[in-house]
Amino acid sequence: MGMLSARRLRALLRKEWLQVRRDPMTLRLIIALPVMQLLIFGYAINSNPHDLPTGVLMAEPSRYERTIVAALRNTGYYRTRLVRSEAEAEADIAEGRLLFVVDFPPGFDRAVDRGEAPSVLVDTDGTDPTAVGYATAALSGLGDVLARDLPPARRGMALPVPFRFVVHTRYNPEQLTVLNVVPGLICVVLMMSTLMLTTLAITRERERGTMENLLAMPVRPVEVMLAKIAPYIGIGYLQVLVILLIAVLLLHLPVHGSILLLFGVLGVFIASNLALGITYSTLAANQMQAQQMAQFTMLPFMLLSGFVFPFQGMPRWARVIGEGMPTTHAMRIVRGVLLKGNGLAEILPDLWPIVLFTLCTVAVAVRFYRETLD
Amino acid sequence: MNGPKPEDYVIDVHDLRKDFGTLRVVDGLSLRVARGEICGFLGANGSGKTTTIRMLCGLLVPDAGHGTCLGLDIIRDAPRIRRQVGYMTQRFSLYEDLTVRENLELVAGIYELSDPRGAVDAMLDRMELRGRASQLAGQLSGGWKQRLALTACVLHRPALLLLDEPTAGVDARARRAFWDLIHDMAGGGLTVLVSTHYMDEAERCARVVYLAGGRIVVQGSAGELLARVGLVTFEGTGDGVEDAVRRLREAPGVEAATVFGRALHVAGMDRARLEEAIHAQGGGLAWQEVPPRLEDVFIHLLGQEDG
Repeated sequence: MGMLSARRLRALLRKEWLQVRRDPMTLRLIIALPVMQLLIFGYAINSNPHDLPTGVLMAEPSRYERTIVAALRNTGYYRTRLVRSEAEAEADIAEGRLLFVVDFPPGFDRAVDRGEAPSVLVDTDGTDPTAVGYATAALSGLGDVLARDLPPARRGMALPVPFRFVVHTRYNPEQLTVLNVVPGLICVVLMMSTLMLTTLAITRERERGTMENLLAMPVRPVEVMLAKIAPYIGIGYLQVLVILLIAVLLLHLPVHGSILLLFGVLGVFIASNLALGITYSTLAANQMQAQQMAQFTMLPFMLLSGFVFPFQGMPRWARVIGEGMPTTHAMRIVRGVLLKGNGLAEILPDLWPIVLFTLCTVAVAVRFYRETLD
Repeated sequence: MNGPKPEDYVIDVHDLRKDFGTLRVVDGLSLRVARGEICGFLGANGSGKTTTIRMLCGLLVPDAGHGTCLGLDIIRDAPRIRRQVGYMTQRFSLYEDLTVRENLELVAGIYELSDPRGAVDAMLDRMELRGRASQLAGQLSGGWKQRLALTACVLHRPALLLLDEPTAGVDARARRAFWDLIHDMAGGGLTVLVSTHYMDEAERCARVVYLAGGRIVVQGSAGELLARVGLVTFEGTGDGVEDAVRRLREAPGVEAATVFGRALHVAGMDRARLEEAIHAQGGGLAWQEVPPRLEDVFIHLLGQEDG
């Protein structure tokens, strides 16, 4: 008997190959995963995002103002639309529909002509510094956009400058990346751990043979599901508590909103992940497949949610997919509550999609939970 | 003598059929089991025993056929049947990471017993499991595991017990104790359908149903089966049984030749040809006719299937 026998090795290799072939689902997932990764990284992800939603507040649209707005659009970074009131601008930036609000003071054109160098206020949502960083930097190149529009007397004069941009970074004035990453991390860590908790729940029963006994007894599918989900919500909360304590005490994350509200909402988010896990568990034929499905989900959930790469910087199709994922909404809620001090009214637009997602997944799970062994 | 009335049948199913893919596992099976009867389910592996049992308790939906279990329709009323049936799976299917008591309390809860703790306590005593109540189920030996599984499926006082090879891999003493319990419970009016490969267990059933290819081949009490098949058995003792068995297996008229220690059993349907075969093979064994064993009957039946 040698150290390494080619015949023995061949026999073992053949066995492994046969086993891989008998589980085509797993094989498919293994091939689909890198394809998915490449597509996401290649097309959707952009760390220098363009076309960012920008609101413009103008008392009476004037010539200079229009020129400046056109110049903003021409940089490629700003996708502008008119906002009617300051209140509307305020709500839109709080709920994440706008990343910038450009506010022209009344009598802007006259002030320019008089050489008063009026300020154009640019409010930016600083919760994600990378999302707005390039766009903000591009403002400095727009100092001479009015050159051709100015009256002849003013042309060619270096000083005084016709106007200036005053950038006001909201929510995260020091532009600390950590303030953006930590709330996102709360969601990602929660998603990864809670999804995994229930992914194996039903497949484990099936593989150990305990499912047959359970099915032979008078239990309803919903009862089995609820019993599997409920204890893990508690575990999820324990995680939230630990993460928040570390974030606040060690990483000095500010808490502008209600922690109680945050806890309530994260419960819904935890439930959505557990429901998804249990759905995979009912669909998968074995534990390996269930795990593959979970991994297959976690990557896009993480990459398309705005966690690592700015959500607004992704192409439209990627944003549409992202909107369907609970992590995306949870991340907005957590950032909103912690950094912007958002209340229930502001987070509602992101809360109902999570609830809807949870209900749909539970419905699928109950539909596919087999009450017989067929 | 009056036979049982229809309402006395706890199991009354007709023409059950079940396919898995292209494989027909149960093929037109009809079965009646009377109240309080212990009915043994026999047959080779893959003859359809487990599938039939699973259809009876609603775990599988038959592709064809109809019938009742405890007076309830096996297709429409499966959830209600589950409440009144105790089903013991072939493979241990309780939670190995729970203790004996915890497992039983779970089952008591699922059946919504009014006093789960009391019911579990009473049953622990009755099944002599009290001493092992706090042991993890996974750490029990095979015999105790079977006893726990049986306890779990009688906890809710079912009217019908479906036991799928309950004593597979369990030692003789534990098997005997297990069957004493079953007889004890059947005495209280419980109906039992039990599948087994052990002949001694088949002999303890009031009636034996023999399955092959998803159909019932014969049924009746052990005595009836022996009489009906009409097998003749001779026993030879002495030196050289190993040589003799080799010669006799090939001989015409011999259905089964089996060695039991220093004795050789030869069975066949035709007495004359059997005697001739024994005579022809020579050897120095002393021969005498013995009553046929149930095992010989089943080997004979299995042989017919193959042929």
